[in-house]
Amino acid sequence: MSTVKLTVNGRAVSVDVEDRTLLVHLLRDNLNLTGTHVGCDTSQCGACVVHIDGRAVKSCTVLAGQASGSSVTTIEGIAKGDVLHPMQAAFRDNHGLQCGYCTPGMIMSAIDIVNRHGGKLDEATVRQELEGNICRCTGYHNIVKAVLDAAGRMKVAQAAE
Amino acid sequence: MGVEGIGASVVRKEDKRFITGKGRYVDDIKLVGMTFAHFIRSPHAHAKVKSIDSSAAMKMPGVIAVLTGKELVDDKVGNLICGWAITSKDGTGMKMGAWPAMAPETVRFVGQAVAVVIADSKNLAKDAAEAVVVNYEELSAAADISAAIKPGAPQLHPEAPGNVIYDWTIGDEAATNAAFKSAANVVSLDITNNRLVPNAMEPRAAIADYDTAEEHYTLYTTSQNPHVARLVLSAFYNIAPEHKLRVIAPDVGGGFGSKIFIYPEEMVALWASKKVGRPVKWTGDRTEAFLTDAHGRDHLTKAEMAFDKDNKVTGLRVKTYANLGAYMSLFSSSVPTYLYATLLSGQYNIPNIFAEVISVYTNTTPVDAYRGAGRPEASFVVERLMETAARQLKVDPAELRRKNFITSFPHQTPVIMAYDAGDFGASLDAAMKVIDYAGFAGRKEKAKKEGKLRGIGVSCYIEACGIAPSKAVGSLGAGVGLWESAEIRVNPVGTIEVLTGSHSHGQGHETTFCQLIAERLGVPISQVSIVHGDTDKVQFGMGTYGSRSIAVGGTAIVKAMEKVEAKAKKIAAHALEASEGDIVIENGEFKVTGTDKSIALPMVALAAYTAHNLPDGMEPGLKETAFYDPTNFTFPAGAYICELEVDSATGKTSFVNFVAADDFGRLINPMIVEGQVHGGLAQGIGQALLEGAVYDSSGQLVTASFMDYSMPRADDLPSFKLSHTTTLCPSNPLGVKGCGEAGAIGASAAVINAITDAIGNNKLAMPATPDRVWHAIHG
Repeated sequence: MSTVKLTVNGRAVSVDVEDRTLLVHLLRDNLNLTGTHVGCDTSQCGACVVHIDGRAVKSCTVLAGQASGSSVTTIEGIAKGDVLHPMQAAFRDNHGLQCGYCTPGMIMSAIDIVNRHGGKLDEATVRQELEGNICRCTGYHNIVKAVLDAAGRMKVAQAAE
Repeated sequence: MGVEGIGASVVRKEDKRFITGKGRYVDDIKLVGMTFAHFIRSPHAHAKVKSIDSSAAMKMPGVIAVLTGKELVDDKVGNLICGWAITSKDGTGMKMGAWPAMAPETVRFVGQAVAVVIADSKNLAKDAAEAVVVNYEELSAAADISAAIKPGAPQLHPEAPGNVIYDWTIGDEAATNAAFKSAANVVSLDITNNRLVPNAMEPRAAIADYDTAEEHYTLYTTSQNPHVARLVLSAFYNIAPEHKLRVIAPDVGGGFGSKIFIYPEEMVALWASKKVGRPVKWTGDRTEAFLTDAHGRDHLTKAEMAFDKDNKVTGLRVKTYANLGAYMSLFSSSVPTYLYATLLSGQYNIPNIFAEVISVYTNTTPVDAYRGAGRPEASFVVERLMETAARQLKVDPAELRRKNFITSFPHQTPVIMAYDAGDFGASLDAAMKVIDYAGFAGRKEKAKKEGKLRGIGVSCYIEACGIAPSKAVGSLGAGVGLWESAEIRVNPVGTIEVLTGSHSHGQGHETTFCQLIAERLGVPISQVSIVHGDTDKVQFGMGTYGSRSIAVGGTAIVKAMEKVEAKAKKIAAHALEASEGDIVIENGEFKVTGTDKSIALPMVALAAYTAHNLPDGMEPGLKETAFYDPTNFTFPAGAYICELEVDSATGKTSFVNFVAADDFGRLINPMIVEGQVHGGLAQGIGQALLEGAVYDSSGQLVTASFMDYSMPRADDLPSFKLSHTTTLCPSNPLGVKGCGEAGAIGASAAVINAITDAIGNNKLAMPATPDRVWHAIHG
């Protein structure tokens, strides 16, 4: 057992976990943040994507201990109170989700994609960048639309800040 | 239509919880004192279980129990069932082998459970499973259809000699043979319909909780049909009588058919929960999903089509071998028979059809319904034959189809189905226009100059959904009726709860069903909630599969609304001192026609519950129930056209355009309908280009992870161009047909027709990987 101290969604937490505990299980089992999902066991599907120090990371491939001292943001931590993150709003407005299981990971990956590419996103880039996130419901059509829509909204939001 | 009524693309009410991480899936649920199950699964495709030694495991920390198949048998837990009886052509019933939830003696596929460890944590259960020693005596395995049917093949079940489950036929053999004898031209094809793994993104999971005082079980499970699960668990598996078993299917992360069936794991969890006296949770991992979720498709087919001298189809003859895996899953028997061969007429006037289907056991994961279930296989046969015929007869493939389209309705096919409505020419026209079919020759020429092979492929599908009239399916061997139920509770303040037997696991019922209420009663969708997925809340219902929820479940809601409306009008007429016949509903108000007198729905509802001033003899309350049994299937149909390029140096396929023109009847929420089409297309294209379960000859599943099984990813797919044509379904009051499976049914043939057109070689198996395409080009 080890004590892992990290910041999750802006809150300092300290958790005692087995050394083999993965970050995704610390979030789900110890902190009850069940929005982060597990969809595979080979780091392929991306349902578990969270941000560690602002970068999208598959939390099923990180030991909880490796995240010690870092700042983790999950799907539960991106809205500001009742105001959705522009990516969340774009997924809803563009019908970018159906069963919702891959959605948290998709949204966390997509925010990182927009952050890294800024305004220079096109459909081909979005499709290529989403390679690490699998969705079985939507055929990606509306997810791609949502990400491109959100890229514009995030730019506007940043300009306003 | 109002802003929230029928035809409005309302954004989904359910989305907020999913985009904020507040969805509640089975694995998100924690119960006090919960234990964790880990199954010990066979590494062999076929073996005798000689012994199971759990003594070392039982000494490990946190281990509560190691339970085996033998104990399950000792406790008289029933075997898994198949709920649809198929009769062979010789009049004998299907030959079903026993399927215990954990194998006491013989394992017949890799991944079949032989024991389960129950421990205080998932990791402890996994650790202990490593310490359980299972001795197997390996037997030779039959890993595919040809291995299973050859003389001397390993026999899976003593009940099924030669591994044949049934040999079933449909249609008039003599008349069809005669049509072939007098044909001017005959086209024939050998077709492999590849085996697919459904791969809903949420792996299956179950939590079972036994209450010793009440002798009552609660099961949280990833199910598309919780009531059917309860019925089967009660009636056949002897878990508990129905009133002592509550089944809850909360948010479910996709199904695609794979979560219809009742699997060994939830049975074992229930049984184990009573044995250990604590709640038991099992959550499958992805490899378990690959090994144990029912797979889809897996047909070997020889198909022939006969034409007269005017290129009219005169006959269709089909012989199909279907692989059902090692055991007969819940609806497995119906998929390659009544859900497949009854659709072999496609969109065409074919006077003579004969099909023979031989289903066989193999040492592989059981095969059952997967999105489309039988209909994609039928559509692929018919549409590949049509395309092949056009090439052989040297006519335009679109025009050959058009020449043979059914144009008057109702149309009785030679294979049971009576198509009620459609306009196949309109869908084909729409698709051809969007893709600029006329301009294709020029584009192909231009691509050729750039060194690219360009092809175009058409697929005109029809399917039968809105499954299904109970009397009809009963006469064909189904063990259940396929009606649906609805209950509408108008609360005293005028808000409404709709309880439905349909189950939403991505389909958006929480929005679409509210739109039905908004349309008819004028109540804003924010004032309506949809309740589903809990046998304690919702009366018996049949669940969601076969694109049935709007056509059958939606109609049940309409029928219940009619009753609510009738009673509410009586109350309103009484309150307004008017004649009941003069009351009309406008924007949520009950008005006396031709006057300014009105009363709002909430006041009517309040009157119903205060009961101070109701018409004489009227019961208080405003709550109505309906059970709706459809009178016919619905018949969505459409035309898909795919244009693509093949790189002859690498065999890689790139989409230029993919057009889908569908006729789903009336659309309730076009945004949601289009989302369903997108998802279906992705699965159909996945089958054509990427996906395929591969077993080696010893029965090992080689593709048992996302590293090995190629799921469609965002950069494998194009954006789709959709259009809609409309003929209303005459057999339900909404005029709806169902849209959930169409994409998966029609897309594969369009893709393969396009690639084979591009490369000029018609022999190409699915998935058409770059390797296969390269060899088809270069030999």
